[in-house]
Amino acid sequence: MVEALTIVLGVGVVRGWRSTLIGTAAAGIVLAALVAALGPALQQIPIDGLRLVVGALLLAFGLQWLKKAILRASGYKALHDEDAIFRQEREHAAAAGRDVRARLDWYSFTIAFKGVLLEGLEVVFIVIAFGSTQHRLGLAAAGAGAALALVVVAGAVAHAPLSRVPENTIKFAVGLMLSTFGCFWAAEGAGVRWPGHELSLLAVLGFFAAAALAFVKALQRQRRLEPV
Amino acid sequence: MTRLRTFGRFWWGFIVGDDWRLAAAVGVSIGLTALLAHEGIDAWWLLPAAVALLLAESLRRASRL
Repeated sequence: MVEALTIVLGVGVVRGWRSTLIGTAAAGIVLAALVAALGPALQQIPIDGLRLVVGALLLAFGLQWLKKAILRASGYKALHDEDAIFRQEREHAAAAGRDVRARLDWYSFTIAFKGVLLEGLEVVFIVIAFGSTQHRLGLAAAGAGAALALVVVAGAVAHAPLSRVPENTIKFAVGLMLSTFGCFWAAEGAGVRWPGHELSLLAVLGFFAAAALAFVKALQRQRRLEPV
Repeated sequence: MTRLRTFGRFWWGFIVGDDWRLAAAVGVSIGLTALLAHEGIDAWWLLPAAVALLLAESLRRASRL
């Protein structure tokens, strides 16, 4: 969401807000339609099968986040620099020619639409995964909506990219949560009965967190020992 | 065909990412867990342990690129 806000701000500030906001709204409608169409359809699938598939996908997806967050925390991957991305977005927006289609500045519309759609797909995936397996799609969508409102209000107040948000720490935590729930549901869907039922989520989360922090320390040590 | 390929590539990158071996090995671990559960062995410990080991191996490969 923070990345999408950076793109929208970068384009809107340079090229005007009308087409940028229409592109943002269009992407929001597509994302909401995806949740409305896929969520109820998935809830028709038997719960064990659904947990197996959604858990496996969530685990694969969450491990990507966690791996990138560990590589960033240990210095093997550059941290996201929202200020630099904002500057780059503004430069591209200023250099692009003017192409008017359907009374819209097509550059602003398409960049905002694509940016919000691609970044929003991650949110939609998480909402559908959590909402459908727990049969609480409305609650999951409301949670995502509240997070979106928070980012938009913070962006409107700051009128600048949210560069002070500890993005990697948040992604580290989200990667841990997604991997934990993915592991729990995938194993449950595969026929495992967890000791302590839902309480074992805390144990898995603690185990993954300890392992991830140990990996960060080990990689930091390895990086210090590497010849420059 | 190109659009179909782009669509497929997008979803592959979205779910699997840059390390297909990690995703494949996670899939095998889930399959093994299901097999053991089918045999009456409640191997709840298998998937978390496998995930930690597979993540360590994926990080080792990524940090040596």
